[in-house]
Amino acid sequence: MFIINSPIEEILEINKSIYLLKIYSPELTSIIKPGQFLNIRVSEKVYPLLRRPFSVCDVDGDHFYLMFNIMGEGTNILAHKPIGSELDILGPLGNGFNLEGNYDTAIIVAGGLGAAPFPYLTRTLYKRKNILSFIGGRNKDDVITYNLKNVKEATDDGSIGYKGNVVQLLENNIELLKSKKIKIFACGPTAMLRVLKDFCLTNDFDCEVSTECAMACGFGICQGCPIESTSNKEKYPLVCKDGPVFNIKDVVI
Amino acid sequence: MNKVDLSVQIGSLTLRNPIMLASGTVGYGNEISEFTDLNKLGGIVTKSLSLKPRKGNPPQRIVETPAGMLNAIGLANVGVEDFLKEKIPFLKQFDVPLICNIAASSVEEYVECTRILTEEETINAFEINVSCPNVSEGGLLFGNDLKSVATITDKVKAVTNKPTIIKLSPNVSYIASFAKVAKENGADAVSAINTLVGTLFNINTRKPKIHNVTGGLSGPAIKPVALAKVLEISREVDIPIIGIGGIMDWKDVIEFMIVGSSAVQIGTLNFIDPSAPGKIVKQLKEYCEKTSVEKISSLTASYIL
Repeated sequence: MFIINSPIEEILEINKSIYLLKIYSPELTSIIKPGQFLNIRVSEKVYPLLRRPFSVCDVDGDHFYLMFNIMGEGTNILAHKPIGSELDILGPLGNGFNLEGNYDTAIIVAGGLGAAPFPYLTRTLYKRKNILSFIGGRNKDDVITYNLKNVKEATDDGSIGYKGNVVQLLENNIELLKSKKIKIFACGPTAMLRVLKDFCLTNDFDCEVSTECAMACGFGICQGCPIESTSNKEKYPLVCKDGPVFNIKDVVI
Repeated sequence: MNKVDLSVQIGSLTLRNPIMLASGTVGYGNEISEFTDLNKLGGIVTKSLSLKPRKGNPPQRIVETPAGMLNAIGLANVGVEDFLKEKIPFLKQFDVPLICNIAASSVEEYVECTRILTEEETINAFEINVSCPNVSEGGLLFGNDLKSVATITDKVKAVTNKPTIIKLSPNVSYIASFAKVAKENGADAVSAINTLVGTLFNINTRKPKIHNVTGGLSGPAIKPVALAKVLEISREVDIPIIGIGGIMDWKDVIEFMIVGSSAVQIGTLNFIDPSAPGKIVKQLKEYCEKTSVEKISSLTASYIL
């Protein structure tokens, strides 16, 4: 991990108010792993003060991509950065997904912006594994399928794909899932991850989940991002350093 | 001009420059050493240690505020035993004064921690945290009570010959009286300020934004408060002061020294730019060269009122 200034080459609005930043940084792209994140200082001023953590969305050659929506002042500044301006980046951070394992099909499960880390995972895995993507959202604007493969959609309002949540969609496909050797990679809202955890435990599916938590530093010194472990009640793992990816069995969601 | 002398004195402890890293913002040194050369700094202060490991508070522990942040970590730490076994071997490799911060729930625990840690030669000094706002036992209860601060200082000093710094709370009406009591009971220095108690609420859920309800406010938002507290101590009590509170650059360091600090600690800035402390040391040297300050320690309490 290190701090580097890298130029923004493009800012795209890919869905309604979902932004994609293209950044040139061979120093970072040569070492980033799927599921890792970067902590970005959006302003030199004292407000916003802290860096903002973003998972790496995709890596293509010397460029990487960040996906985000405007949540507050920090992301608002980021979405309106001038093209060519340099971004102050600290990273790469966190452990990333463990892509190893005895499986032939990777099942991606994401809700809303939880889709952010999966284009890079898809790019890394598609030549050696089958990939099925189950992507959920409140409505069609909320379903992000950018650079994903074999997508099945679910929306709460039925505006696109299956009407219902993404875990219900998984249950509807249980025979298909059971017919393959699968490993699930998931990211999304807490409510989704809770039902997904039950689903994985019931069916004995191996699942890696990318978690999130408010944090300051992103590399372990502030101790700001604990997550409850299922095995060790004496100590909190940190989302930034021990995660952000955990086996879904190992953490309380 | 002659070589600039950046060294400062905290009691019997000599620091090669006034830049220290504040407790709770550098862990036990390993992560931040990837960004800043610890050997170039004046000193590092460990995360607060207690006798036994502490799990700390559940999430959410941190929230950003205008020009600052609130934290309620709850003194999560590895405990004295694991610190000596697992963290000291790493810290040994550095040639930088190591100050152990101790936080406890009772007078006895402060004494016991100090008694054990003082045997470790890598540890150069102690900083006694009598002012953590984020734990239910001890913490601020001690920091708000002159008698407790007196007793803790006296009893800790009875078991160690190493310089002992009392970290003072700003959440009191008159901080100088606490510095005075610390001095009278043998403290070698005080550090000021710890965080200010604050909170934020979500207007939709009507719930606090951090799990502990209140947290400690840090960052540039608190700098003017910290400067005023340092000045107050400086004018009332003859004791070395380590200034802390929202330092973001070398100019803030100079400002803290002018109002009375002998050294300073950098805290929240480490989260934002962990390479900043090393850069600030360099900039202080440049400032001294440019303004013909031969000894940086001459800036301490050089205010003109």
